[in-house]
Amino acid sequence: MSVELSIKDPGREQELFVGRAITLFALVVILFAILVARMLTLQIVEHETYQLRADNNRTQIQTLAPSRGMIYDRNGRLLADNQTSFSLAIVAERVEDIESLLSAIVEILSLNTQQLERIREELAKRSRPDSAVVILEALSEKQVALLAVNRHRLPGIEVVSRLIRSYPMGAIAAHAVGSVRRLTKEDLATIEPVQYSGSQFIGKRGVEAFYEKSLHGKVGYQKVETDAYGRVRRVLDVQGAQSGQNLTLHLDSKLQAASVDALDGRRGAIVALDPTTGGVLAMVSQPSYDPNLFVSGMSSSQFSELSSSIYLPLFNRAVNGQYAPGSTFKPVVGLAGISSATTDWDETIEDKGWFKLPGQDRVYRDWSWTKDNSGGQGEVNLHRAIYRSSNVYFYDLASRMEVDSLLGFAGQFGFGRNLALDIPQASSGLLPTPEWKRNVKNQPWYPGDSVNLGIGQGDLLATPLQMATVAATIANRGRVVRPKMLLSSDDTIGEMNSVEEPPQIVGLSEEDWESMVDSMEDVVHRGDKGFRGNGTAWAYIGQKIGYRMAGKSGTAQVVEINQGEVYDEEALTEFRRKHAWFIAFAPVDNPTIAVAVLVENGGGGSSVAAPVARAVIDAHLFQEIASIR
Amino acid sequence: MSQDFQRSLPGYSGGSASSWYARIHVDPILLLLITGVVLFGLVILSSAVDGNDALLDAQIRRMGMAYAALIIAAQLPPAIYLRWAPFLYVVGLVLLILVLLVGVKVKGSQRWIDIPGLFRFQPSELMKIAVPMAVAWYLQQRVLPPSFKHTMFSLLIIGVPAFLIGVEPDLGTSILVTGAGVAVLLLAGLSWRWIFGAFALIAAAAPLLWQFVLKDYQRQRILTLFDPESDPLGAGWNIIQSTTAIGSGGVFGKGLYQGSQSYLDFLPEARTDFIVAVVGEELGFVGVAFLLTLYLLIIARGLFLASQAGSTFGRLVAGALVMTFFIYLFVNIAMVSGILPVVGVPLPLVSYGGTSAITLMAGFGIIMSMRTHKAW
Repeated sequence: MSVELSIKDPGREQELFVGRAITLFALVVILFAILVARMLTLQIVEHETYQLRADNNRTQIQTLAPSRGMIYDRNGRLLADNQTSFSLAIVAERVEDIESLLSAIVEILSLNTQQLERIREELAKRSRPDSAVVILEALSEKQVALLAVNRHRLPGIEVVSRLIRSYPMGAIAAHAVGSVRRLTKEDLATIEPVQYSGSQFIGKRGVEAFYEKSLHGKVGYQKVETDAYGRVRRVLDVQGAQSGQNLTLHLDSKLQAASVDALDGRRGAIVALDPTTGGVLAMVSQPSYDPNLFVSGMSSSQFSELSSSIYLPLFNRAVNGQYAPGSTFKPVVGLAGISSATTDWDETIEDKGWFKLPGQDRVYRDWSWTKDNSGGQGEVNLHRAIYRSSNVYFYDLASRMEVDSLLGFAGQFGFGRNLALDIPQASSGLLPTPEWKRNVKNQPWYPGDSVNLGIGQGDLLATPLQMATVAATIANRGRVVRPKMLLSSDDTIGEMNSVEEPPQIVGLSEEDWESMVDSMEDVVHRGDKGFRGNGTAWAYIGQKIGYRMAGKSGTAQVVEINQGEVYDEEALTEFRRKHAWFIAFAPVDNPTIAVAVLVENGGGGSSVAAPVARAVIDAHLFQEIASIR
Repeated sequence: MSQDFQRSLPGYSGGSASSWYARIHVDPILLLLITGVVLFGLVILSSAVDGNDALLDAQIRRMGMAYAALIIAAQLPPAIYLRWAPFLYVVGLVLLILVLLVGVKVKGSQRWIDIPGLFRFQPSELMKIAVPMAVAWYLQQRVLPPSFKHTMFSLLIIGVPAFLIGVEPDLGTSILVTGAGVAVLLLAGLSWRWIFGAFALIAAAAPLLWQFVLKDYQRQRILTLFDPESDPLGAGWNIIQSTTAIGSGGVFGKGLYQGSQSYLDFLPEARTDFIVAVVGEELGFVGVAFLLTLYLLIIARGLFLASQAGSTFGRLVAGALVMTFFIYLFVNIAMVSGILPVVGVPLPLVSYGGTSAITLMAGFGIIMSMRTHKAW
């Protein structure tokens, strides 16, 4: 056997080969059949699945974010617009050495380690290969230029642009216009997610918040063909986004800036209204913040500085600051006295500088009372009680009035409620009623409460916006206006409440209103008549004035200092000082502006707040004159 | 009539050498089939290059060189191949060792020898021909079917270069070289009992291979095959996209130049290893079936020519080269359609790229040589 095999036999070898070749070919045919079966499965049996998958690969529905409506002031100056912002994106697959790229970026843009960490986090969030991931937003022009110059060192990076909100007036109009913020998870619960699928920001404060729906616009869609890198190759179908509405506010940006200047860095608030319409011409709250920081993002130290400052820059004092109105409340009390026939314009009382309720020992002092000069203001009627701001007159008047009648009358001016049409976040202040006192303080209404109420102290609280409304109502001789920010819009606006006919304050004649206006005019203009003859504000604002202005000062005692807050001694002293108020309107005969000024812990209303109010009214009237010429 | 007769029996070594193809030792049927695949490949490549016509031009030039390689290889008589087979093998081995020592690394694999200013080549490519030739050279001196000892020695001839190529690492070529060598053994009449025994042994050793031989990325590729969605952005991406391309083609395809998967770059390596997915997407099942038919006819014709070769050496070499061609296309299409793990093997005569096309065409030249030259 082995001998036989050891001889080579070409014929047999060929037969053997042919047999093996046939066998192998059979094997080849079987394996081909497997390939064919596989192709049949993919291309015929499961064709639809893969067809769908290819289409899903190919086409994508992209949301088209609507461009947010602009906000203009009454003269067409921009208060909020949209500006191009540049971001840096990386396509990781096009980067050979991501670490050296990152260190190059860090070096070129001089980033810190915290920013580098954020970049790494963003990179880790990728959802598909070869897609561009935004790693840095809000690049400065310098950074964009640096990236362009160093492009060759940075393979795989892209600089992409998109629109972000911008506030040209920055901190000056922050509290009036409000601001947008980045959408957060919490927001998603309150919004229509589809509408915001392409948006990054949502109005969070002020006008931006209230008119969010109109400003935001309607989201659009486009069906696009994208390649594997997520780049759009073709647009297949578009349903365009509907831009948000452009809004025009009553706000006058020049007056706004002049008002900020008038406060001269002091803490406080100014609200200026157009008495005819109730339109807010200026709304200032100081200190303020730069709303652009909320858009471009700020460091955590910047945010904590803003949010934890004891001076509360994020707090809108103009609409949320609630203070005792002090003597600025006196015109209301006086008019209430006339309206309820408790007094008339001729009745006089003797102001000796102090007041006592019958049968009580407590002495209520006049503001002018001192140890040396205990004589008070002498004989005062309502007119004189206003321009001299006699406390004793109003102690007496309030003590003689039915408290409900006084409160009911005051309520017509908007105390204790928010009259504003489009400032829902405004506080309603506090008009303390006997019922409120019983419920909240569990105490009865004492006659002393009425006495305090007479000079705008006690539990009474009002916001600068409310006091501006009071000024406007007196300017209007009793016609109440409801404050509003919006002057006009491209189209009808859904957000604004239905505007009811503004009410007229009842129970007073035209003469009564003119008498009160005269009294307040004397606050400013009655001068050169000695200490007891001058209007309280004359010395400060009543000279060299080219127009007639009516006003009322107020110096309010600080209600309370929040317990538990940490203040140093200096700050504590500062926070204990009285608040300075001044309300005013002008020109007296045909008022075009009504103002309330509050300077927190500013001291005397006439000396501190009145000059601010005059500066604001000057700015308004001179601007008006300039525009007429 | 006699003209007709000669034409109907082309290239018979005993016949008249008056026809042109007989004079240049070419088998016209095989050449026609190959040309069919090449033309089909260029058409599909014209789509896959996505407007980059320079690549298409380069491929056409390369195919010209490949045809030249075929013609030249066909001119060399089998005796020369027999004489040079062991030398070629030894040179190949030396180069394989050299490549591991001084080779150029491309994409993590050390496969290339660079002769600066001249050219770059992969010694492993040479081994696709040198290994089956060496095994055939070794066996043709022995009585067939091969004994156990001769089989073992043959496996050594195969195993050394396969191992060297595998550590480059170039698993695809290693498989092809092993396949070519083993094909010689099978065609030489290796006992079926041993064949099945070997299969059983490999199956039993599979867990050990998995644990100790396969590298992490290779294991990952195998796992991905069974569940591409487990890593849809990484290892699974290629398979998901290629099966999507093929499946979405349906019966008639989306039309040439109309494949979204390849045009939008979802399909990776669309002009090289994954080009059959472009065929499937744009020309559908019909296109794939046409290509497979051409391939099957080439194999049939190739095996026929091999069986007609004038010597045992010629038969074994020719048959093994045909089987190499088959392994190429089977591994490639099976991998792209998701039934084998991803291994870097191009689609023969269709994928963009030069080296393998030239080797393959030279292989066809050798097959023709074995058949058309007079027996010695």
